[in-house]
Amino acid sequence: MGKKIAKEVSIAIADAVAQCKVDVISAYPITPQTHIVEHLAELVNNGELDAEYIPVESEHAAMSACIGASAAGARTFTSTASQGLLLMYENLFIASALRLPIVMVIANRSISAPISIWNDHSDVMTIRDSGWIQTFAENGQEAVDLIYHAYKVAEKTLLPVAVNIDGFTLSHVIEPIELLDQDLVDKYIPPLRMKYKLDPKKPVSIGAIGIPEIYTEAKKAQDEALKASYKIIINAWRQFEKISGRKYQSVETYEMEDAEVALIIMGSLAETAMNAVDYLRRKGKKVGLVRFRLWRPFPLRDFIKSIGKVKALGVVDRAVSHCSTGGPVGIEVRSALYQSNKRPKVVNFIAGLSGRDVTKEDFIELFEKTYEALSKRLKVSYEIYGVKE
Amino acid sequence: MIEIRLHGRGGQGAVTSAELIAIAAINQGKFAQAFPSFGPERRGAPVQAFARIDDIPVRTREKVYNPDIILVLDPSLPKIVKVTSGLKENGIAILNSHYSEKEVREILGDYKGNLALVDATKIAIEEIGLPITNTTMLGAFLKVTGLIEPSYMEEALKARFGKLAEKNIKALQRAMKEIKIYK
Amino acid sequence: MPKDQGLVSWKDLAPGMYILEPGNSVKFKTGDWRAYRPVLDKEKCIKCGMCYIFCPDLCYKKDEEGYFIVDLYYCKGCGICAANCPKGAITMVLEEA
Repeated sequence: MGKKIAKEVSIAIADAVAQCKVDVISAYPITPQTHIVEHLAELVNNGELDAEYIPVESEHAAMSACIGASAAGARTFTSTASQGLLLMYENLFIASALRLPIVMVIANRSISAPISIWNDHSDVMTIRDSGWIQTFAENGQEAVDLIYHAYKVAEKTLLPVAVNIDGFTLSHVIEPIELLDQDLVDKYIPPLRMKYKLDPKKPVSIGAIGIPEIYTEAKKAQDEALKASYKIIINAWRQFEKISGRKYQSVETYEMEDAEVALIIMGSLAETAMNAVDYLRRKGKKVGLVRFRLWRPFPLRDFIKSIGKVKALGVVDRAVSHCSTGGPVGIEVRSALYQSNKRPKVVNFIAGLSGRDVTKEDFIELFEKTYEALSKRLKVSYEIYGVKE
Repeated sequence: MIEIRLHGRGGQGAVTSAELIAIAAINQGKFAQAFPSFGPERRGAPVQAFARIDDIPVRTREKVYNPDIILVLDPSLPKIVKVTSGLKENGIAILNSHYSEKEVREILGDYKGNLALVDATKIAIEEIGLPITNTTMLGAFLKVTGLIEPSYMEEALKARFGKLAEKNIKALQRAMKEIKIYK
Repeated sequence: MPKDQGLVSWKDLAPGMYILEPGNSVKFKTGDWRAYRPVLDKEKCIKCGMCYIFCPDLCYKKDEEGYFIVDLYYCKGCGICAANCPKGAITMVLEEA
């Protein structure tokens, strides 16, 4: 078993990517992802990692290079954030539709305008429907473990995986992290052998036209593949638990057994929110917390199970979906509930935009607001929390 | 949980200091966290960095609002930034300053709490040859708080600075001797 | 909307809709809706290959004697070969239905 060492989360992520023996890395530097790709470039330059580092002129090119390399059978990695992700946008859909097992870390950052380098989930929520498998890390250890998991899952499902880590809040923090021993990584992630790839000896055509008579079938096949990835994702976590002792599931719960009111959140702020749960529990309030680790494919059943018998849910979104019926997570949660018999009140907050701190006190207030929903009629479908009037 | 806020100017190594505190603490078997004040950095501009140390895993992503310890790397900062802001009543402010206790308390706006002073700029110039005070101030931090065994900090310095570590360790050790604590 | 417009079942598609038999477009018959067909007068032909160069469907192939001969499996009858022939050796003839 490895030893916990003090590392910046970005550096640990890069080390984990190197442990996965990637063949090709192509990325364009952007805050707050920079330390990840800088460290990988350094490892390649120093001869510590036998990989091709392709410097490119933009994120659009970075994803294109990954698509080409992956189609040729290479294990690939890229990382980006914010505007970089948006510049990649059209290629993301191609990567997933062509079933290329690319792994990408998104150091989540808000999007312009106003220009901002700080953390929220505005960037990744724009690629909700891109067909990528999407996971969210809560802390540095989880970020690293999700890298190993991403390669395992990507190559088994032939789907690209985006691992989301909160920019700065995770990427720039030093904390104790344990990397897997190399032999365990090698066992967990065997060499990549793609059945179909760009190979002059056994040629295939990739990226053919989808006429009206075939496009629907192609999309159905892709959708089924993403749906089927759920089991592979869960199994990969089970296998990971066996080698690391660290247990992961699609939806994480905290103090949910008898909870009446719960908050839902994704990413690293869940840690702070747990402190609010502890505080309110000591005061005798039956509160709990639900966190999505897996966002796509959306773990519908696990989510419905996770909320137990709550009477009210407060969904904390970290992105705005302007003038829709909620934040991206709020919309999803309400829609998911409609597919079950459970009918808790759902309150939706937009909080923590562009690195605005959400403290334990804020979470206590969000719990109180969610409690209010039990007795009051909701006037709005979502509320931007903490805004100065 | 002990929360630490470091004040410095861009380029003085406040972020590095916070990182070294966390690294040394983790290597000593504690749980710790270090992070910069996120954002663009400019040389010379006032910056902050943060660290937390605990015996159980650190589980919060808030900034540090009520530190137990503040560490001020630059002697001119207290005149332009309220460095003691949010400091806990029984906390301590550790400053790089060549002024007397009385003068510093006045600069800090009639500050009555615990105080520790060391002329880190002088030590850094004499030992390292540069007025970069972060490692010197770590010596002051070690002495005042007793939170980290000096040997773990020295190891962390060696890992970070390589050949340059020796001079920095000397500066750190001198600060441990020369720091004055006023309670 | 008419149902089942799909060419094949989604279950039968290769992952990513890859085409595992590359170059299979040669099987695609494009020459079944021609109104006119090109007819070559070998007396006038100087084997310059202009028809071969200009044919948008790559229907022309050189035979053993060096003449460029149209493959009617692909020829759509557009007449570009005839229009570009410097010797007027190609005539477009109405297809008999």
